[in-house]
Amino acid sequence: MAESLQEAVEAAVAAGQSLGEYALEAEAAEGLRTVAEIEAGLQRALDIMRNAVERGLQGDIRSVSGLVGGDAIKVHHGTGPLAGTPFTEALAAALAVQEVNAAMGVIVAAPTAGGAGVLPGTLLGLARRGEYTDAQLVRALATAGLVGGVVAVRASLSGAEGGCQAETGAAAAMAAAAGVELLGGSPEQAMHAVALTMQGTLGLVCDPLGGLVEVPCVYRNATGAAMALAGIEMALAGVTFPIPVDEVIDTMGKIGREMDVRYRETAGGGLAATPTGRRLAKERLVQLKPRG
Amino acid sequence: MVSLLDIIGPVMVGPSSSHTAGACRLGLIARALVGGTPDRAKVELHGSFARTGVGHGTDRAIAGGLLGYAPDDERLRESLQAAEAEGMAITFENVKLRGDVHPNTARITVWRGERQAVLTGSSLGAGRILVTGIDGFPVEVTGAYTTLVLVAHDQPGIVAHVATALAAEGVNLATMRVSRRQKGGDAIHVYELDSPPEDAAVQRILQLKAVRTARVIERVA
Repeated sequence: MAESLQEAVEAAVAAGQSLGEYALEAEAAEGLRTVAEIEAGLQRALDIMRNAVERGLQGDIRSVSGLVGGDAIKVHHGTGPLAGTPFTEALAAALAVQEVNAAMGVIVAAPTAGGAGVLPGTLLGLARRGEYTDAQLVRALATAGLVGGVVAVRASLSGAEGGCQAETGAAAAMAAAAGVELLGGSPEQAMHAVALTMQGTLGLVCDPLGGLVEVPCVYRNATGAAMALAGIEMALAGVTFPIPVDEVIDTMGKIGREMDVRYRETAGGGLAATPTGRRLAKERLVQLKPRG
Repeated sequence: MVSLLDIIGPVMVGPSSSHTAGACRLGLIARALVGGTPDRAKVELHGSFARTGVGHGTDRAIAGGLLGYAPDDERLRESLQAAEAEGMAITFENVKLRGDVHPNTARITVWRGERQAVLTGSSLGAGRILVTGIDGFPVEVTGAYTTLVLVAHDQPGIVAHVATALAAEGVNLATMRVSRRQKGGDAIHVYELDSPPEDAAVQRILQLKAVRTARVIERVA
């Protein structure tokens, strides 16, 4: 798999392919799976993503601790200035998937469970009226996978290693490239969408209350989708980011390595360490004490 | 090798790929080391597993793996109750493992009848795992392949015999690693295979005089 997004984009352009087509063929060339096999796996992921959005939008689930749940449906039925647009539907879908995740329901880790709402939220928000075929959505997922693979090699996809910038931040960067692919943008635009999105999530800490993937994770998936849509919108308008994308990804990795351990999924800092965060965690964790 | 399907995946029960799906896989491998559901399990949690494991369902995920549930099995949610119902006694303890240990690490000791095994493994993120110790031997098992684990007396020629036995059954080796605690003692062999070995191949290997135990771990990732 590619270790440089810049090089992958150049190869796709040289071959006259979209980034998603390139990602599928590059992996097939490694000989372990055919394009059809990878597409079938991504189709299954797409089906599970849709199910999770639908399940979450029923509005009746609560997380394991009871701290979160029921917000996706509020946004779905919201009446704000952006109601009914892809933006609002992306927020609702991202919240829905993450509410299902927090309730120990079935989701697709993309790239992780803690960031699992961002990619389906963004893509299914954009495709809310069935404007795109499953084949197009599968190619968008392949694009996201390519970006995630580069981030995994150059930086990290683990909140314990790199903070939330490596989870919802990486997911937003992946979703940005996927969205550009879905909307018919060029590989270069997808690349700039990644850089424009990731620059906005650099430094994001992982600070879940009590270590539960609930607060702020559920909401941060919605704002992650918003960040992806911002990157997509700017890149499709022709905005380019001055720092090359691989250097932006490297920076995310470097910031993660330098990040204090309190901000890496340990519930030792950030919102987890606020007076209310500590109180809520204490109340909820008491009921969750393991048997043993 | 990282696949697009590793990044867009796994399909799993939430809430955390490292603390739930990865933890479940560590449980599945510990289960495989004793050939089925253990009678008893002691789970020691280190680092972030210890600090935030309960909230992430790490305890339920490891218990579920020990019961044979896959990371996408919705029964993970209720696995502690299922363990009780199936008579698997399981305890959890927070520990500080020595050395340069990954933040998401567990040491799992399992007993099943006469058999006992100790596994040390880490969850690396996005559901990927690395087993770093089996029964006190240093190993590197990713669970991405069917894995054959042998404990054998450390003497020349064993690897060639094992490779021949596998080749005779048409099994291709992806990777292999031998490590030992001291020269001339016991060594652990870890073979990652492109396809599961037939029982006949495992039996042939067990007939080798130097081989004490042979355990097959099915692919978990």
